[in-house]
Amino acid sequence: MVTNTLLAAVSTALPHSGAIIHLHGIDWAILVVYLLFVVGIGIITGRGSKTSEDFFLSGRSLPAWITGLAFISANLGALEVMGMSQQGYEYGMMTANYYWIGAIPAIVFMGIAMMPFFYGSKVRSVPEFLKKRYNEGARFINAFTFAVFTPAISGISMYALAVVMQDFLGWHFAPSVWVSAVVVLVYTFMGGLTASIYNEVLQFFLIVLGIAPMTIIALIANHGWAHFKKWIATHQLPFLTPDQVAAAAAKPGSVVHQMPATQWMHTFQNTLTQNNPMHITWPGVVLGLGFVLSFSYWCTNFLVVQRALAAKDMNSAQRTPLLAAFPKMIFPFIVILPGLLALPLLPHLFPGNTTVNGHLIPATESFNNVMPLMMARYYPAGLLGLGLTALMASFMSGMAGNVTAFNTVFTYDLYAVFIKPNAPDKHYLWVGRIMTVVGIIISVGFAYVVRGQSGIMGYTQTIFGVVNAPLIAVFLLGMFATFTTPAGGLWGLLVGTATSVTLWIIRSYPGLPLWHHYNNNTTGAFWGAVWAFCAGAGATIVVSLFTKKKKDEELVGLVYQLTPKPEQDATLPWWKKPLVLGVLALVLTLIINLLFW
Amino acid sequence: MMDLRLPIGIFFLLVGIIMTAYGVVSPHDIPNITEKVNINLYWGIVLLLFGAPMAIFGWRAEAKAKEEMNKNKKP
Repeated sequence: MVTNTLLAAVSTALPHSGAIIHLHGIDWAILVVYLLFVVGIGIITGRGSKTSEDFFLSGRSLPAWITGLAFISANLGALEVMGMSQQGYEYGMMTANYYWIGAIPAIVFMGIAMMPFFYGSKVRSVPEFLKKRYNEGARFINAFTFAVFTPAISGISMYALAVVMQDFLGWHFAPSVWVSAVVVLVYTFMGGLTASIYNEVLQFFLIVLGIAPMTIIALIANHGWAHFKKWIATHQLPFLTPDQVAAAAAKPGSVVHQMPATQWMHTFQNTLTQNNPMHITWPGVVLGLGFVLSFSYWCTNFLVVQRALAAKDMNSAQRTPLLAAFPKMIFPFIVILPGLLALPLLPHLFPGNTTVNGHLIPATESFNNVMPLMMARYYPAGLLGLGLTALMASFMSGMAGNVTAFNTVFTYDLYAVFIKPNAPDKHYLWVGRIMTVVGIIISVGFAYVVRGQSGIMGYTQTIFGVVNAPLIAVFLLGMFATFTTPAGGLWGLLVGTATSVTLWIIRSYPGLPLWHHYNNNTTGAFWGAVWAFCAGAGATIVVSLFTKKKKDEELVGLVYQLTPKPEQDATLPWWKKPLVLGVLALVLTLIINLLFW
Repeated sequence: MMDLRLPIGIFFLLVGIIMTAYGVVSPHDIPNITEKVNINLYWGIVLLLFGAPMAIFGWRAEAKAKEEMNKNKKP
């Protein structure tokens, strides 16, 4: 179904993009400078880690701009850079809903409404908040799932990066995995959270400055935005359900539906029906993604909350997510846009194409690899070193984020509660260091497991998402309602998670009649999250009505109604006021949403 | 604790110098496009423009912090 002009473009593209990338001396030089710096930062910050609170929470001493940038960077694994550009190609601007609907509102809510309780209650982790507000059982469930899944997710990211390095640079799997793991280990072991956060800030700038040129170059290659829009206006693109993607991959040349490429330029067009590239409807996006999934992730996941807990005071803790919201809202332009702009440049990446003009298309020529393919095609030696170092940095920041969150939750919420309570602080500092090594070994091990059985990758990510989906119900009812009881919170977590998992199992068997109208995973996941939220909230409320609540005195600092309102510092300039920053972030997000409606 | 702007600034100054120098010594245009753009030179300058103020502000803050530490030690 590809037009003649496309065929011509592809045939010129193939000899370059199909080749393995060869690095020059300058590319190696940039990579080596980067590795020396991240290790150096680990050594320098390591000198300051004397107590467990230094190691796990940076001694609660960092300014907001640092924790804010780390907040974005820790969450930005290699999978995000690779995955978002892939989805930019596959679905277009609709992918930006993961940012403009699925991140910013939750991040702003977290900074303004929830951070005062996380930071103000002086908890050291999110599970510890659940212990204080509800009970030990709620803490255990949250800490256990987090400790099990976090290193696994990090292993998946490690596997994904190693595969890219293998396919494009010809590096072997083992050295790719072990070298990156050892570098992350060295700096997180020595400097703990401070080293992780400091490097995350360096990595943030590196990711931006290494990947942003791709958007600029892709625009030049398209002869400008106006010319690109003309291409979009005159072309059709494949419209694939996940089943069709699988079918097209299994049976090359099978016919898929097409829709106008203009659909790729909008975030919400045709979402009344599923007649859009992502097959989603707007209520699913707003409620499922924008509310339940995004609030559960951004407001309760310790990986991101930990960065704010490292801030030096309440105002900085609140501003951590709020300052992060601004770069986050422009990230689609550097991670999604290159994928979208690749459509006219590398038009053969949809599944189902095997040959173009008699050339055999290699397996690496898939939209999964659109970012490294674009780098291979348009980055000359030098810039290529910067771009690949940025990809590596995005992976390392994600991995260090996972490991530092894992060692904290394991030490404070599992070890210090169930294995050895009341030990001296020095002991926990060492447990944290040992768990850093253990976390990285588990990650590496999981990368090997996934390598042998790649289906596990999708399952692990999905299950983690499914387990976390209803968390926000229990947190909101804990922070903003006085009547909820410890038993209510515990049952809310159990019922919410059970509902989420059950719905996922039902969705996974399309033969079952209940779920037939959610004919794709994304819509199913959005609605599954909504129902799991309702079940979790319902269980919390019902059980709370019949069980004993904690005394009001115990809930001061944890529940909105029972916490004295902090006095507003009138001398703060406007750009340090959380509410002003939050409103500004929301208004700008609304404007961007309207521009790409 | 070390002012983070200093190492970040030095890092981008170093990488900026490497790329700018490479752009001058061995000019490479962006491959596969018709326009001639010596991207290493231009992007190297961008990195220098980012790295220099970061390093300067970081260095000044470090110097100030040291001065205050010395003052506090003296009384």
